[in-house]
Amino acid sequence: MSSSEGAPESWIASFCSLMGHEFFAEVSEDFIEDDFNLTGLQSQVPMYKEALEMILDVEPEEDEEEEEEEEEEEEEDEDEVLGDERPLGYRRAGDRRHARVASDLSVIESSAELLYGLIHQRYITSRPGIQQMLEKYEMQHFGVCPRVNCNGCKVLPVGRSDTPGQETVKLFCPGCMDIYTPPNSRFHSVDGAFFGTTFGCLFFMTFPDLSIRPRLDNSSLSSLSRSTSQPANRSPAAQGPKRTPTPEHQPVEINGVHTLNFCPGLGRDKIYDPRIYGFKVAEVSRVGPRMKWLRSKPTDMYDLDETTIYEKTFNPNTVNAEKGDRDGDTEMKPEQSQDVLIANRKKAPMRRRRQQNDQQPASDKMTSGVGVGAGVAWHGMAWRGVVWHDILKLKALNL
Amino acid sequence: MMEDFNSETDSDYTSYWRDWFVSSRGNEYFCEIDEDYLTDRFNLTGLNTEVPYYQYALDLVTDVFDLDADDDLREQIEKSARHLYGLVHARYIVTTRGLAKMLDKYKKCDFGKCPRVMCDGHPLLPMGQADLPNMSTVKLYCPKCEDIYNPKSSRHASIDGAYFGTSFHSILFQVYPALNPEKSMRRFEPRIYGFKVHAAAALARWQDGQREDLGYRLSEFDISHRFVEESESDEDAYDYGEEPAPAKTEKVAGDAASGRMDLGN
Repeated sequence: MSSSEGAPESWIASFCSLMGHEFFAEVSEDFIEDDFNLTGLQSQVPMYKEALEMILDVEPEEDEEEEEEEEEEEEEDEDEVLGDERPLGYRRAGDRRHARVASDLSVIESSAELLYGLIHQRYITSRPGIQQMLEKYEMQHFGVCPRVNCNGCKVLPVGRSDTPGQETVKLFCPGCMDIYTPPNSRFHSVDGAFFGTTFGCLFFMTFPDLSIRPRLDNSSLSSLSRSTSQPANRSPAAQGPKRTPTPEHQPVEINGVHTLNFCPGLGRDKIYDPRIYGFKVAEVSRVGPRMKWLRSKPTDMYDLDETTIYEKTFNPNTVNAEKGDRDGDTEMKPEQSQDVLIANRKKAPMRRRRQQNDQQPASDKMTSGVGVGAGVAWHGMAWRGVVWHDILKLKALNL
Repeated sequence: MMEDFNSETDSDYTSYWRDWFVSSRGNEYFCEIDEDYLTDRFNLTGLNTEVPYYQYALDLVTDVFDLDADDDLREQIEKSARHLYGLVHARYIVTTRGLAKMLDKYKKCDFGKCPRVMCDGHPLLPMGQADLPNMSTVKLYCPKCEDIYNPKSSRHASIDGAYFGTSFHSILFQVYPALNPEKSMRRFEPRIYGFKVHAAAALARWQDGQREDLGYRLSEFDISHRFVEESESDEDAYDYGEEPAPAKTEKVAGDAASGRMDLGN
């Protein structure tokens, strides 16, 4: 965002102003100059040193030969480490190193772009970087979701892989938790790894109060402020557009996300319903709708509170006796249990895990605020399996 | 058979206006309406109240227009003609010949490709959200994910959705059921440093439950519906009906069955 009038434009600024590079944030030089931030990149980028110098607009000081020797050493090390993993294009660049001519510059240029991309991937998950991306996001630099029922929800650039050269940049829509190809073909040559897989979700977790509802349908919603520090203590009654009869006492927060900000593009009113002359196409029709699950969301958000469901289902006694005040017993009002849940999230997850490890290892992980636990997957499946099993049995009995 | 419909030379003279209209920029979604369909008054029932300068507009569309009009009027009639063409188009594309023509365009990806990454660029179909004009613009339906998207080009974003209608794409697949693409259960899994994000993963599990639900509803009608790919991560791949984790399930099936019933759905 820094436009340096008068002074010659820096490499970073000119790179970011290139056509198709509109998604990139300008990485601050402080970030690049900190070697810690560049850990491991040396082995991924050919001509690393020159590339770094180019990015930082540093004139190479040593005389040519010395530098060349140094560089060769580096690259040989690199070859040993990397083996065959290096993409073809870069290998070619390396092979040509003995015959240095003017074409070198273009090799260094492409190396610099790769290096900048990889630094960028790290930068946008850092505090200043994510802040910079927030500004770009709010100015809608990344565009909006093409899905009709997302009502123009703003999207973020993400990658599907953290390794360069695999896939181009995609757009992540927080409204439907899905990724889309950028509409403009000039982004079809931007590497997705330059944004990385982590950025999309980390962004919305960093700014949990950022309203992701599009301006088009947030008439009743001025309450969501953007300050990230404000605690979530609003009463559930003040929240939410009550379009259709929604179950009362919805949680303010579910699984660490504000209910209002949780996939506003999904749910009952947001699923496309194919019709022929006004009549819905039957599900049992040979070509009937089969993909509604993809865009669905429970009307009652407590259906997603797997911990509580699990505990209610499998050990109601434990819930009452051992940790009565923790997740609430079966009779508790949803509001109350919600307060307790939130209070619990505020505790440091690590400490809690240590304390209660013996009793509920799996469920404990699930309540811990951020909830980036992969370990919970088995157990949600387990209870669903059970439920299905029972339904099947009952159906068999009825028939 | 389909090739026959493409050669538009069945009439004695070339249909200039329709040729021009269909090939002009921004009208790529339209197919050419047969001369005989346009001249059959039955097909135009009710449109005379909808379109101003109806008769002139119809004359223009069928290339028998020979009124000495000034530029202003000419402009008006031109506009009406486009409107009339669109409204007839919505009726035409659900006829056998119209469907075949649109199918051809669909196969050529004339309507664009699905922006959803998991759909792998599946061809789209144009549709409207209303059958009445001036309600909403044209949207694009992806038969793979069964969702609707906005056209990416602004020149298509101004086309009236009523020119394609709400029913067309459903009728197309009712008529050509073999062309209905296989549905996929691949989905995007948000991850942070390789770990799944709980909120998204919980929703995904719930949605998987809905999908299994659908499978059971369909199986009651003896319809077996398969989704092509398994979901990407193996730990979430849960094949309904076949191996519901027997050991774990049996152990707890006995107690608190009633409680579980409320929770499941």
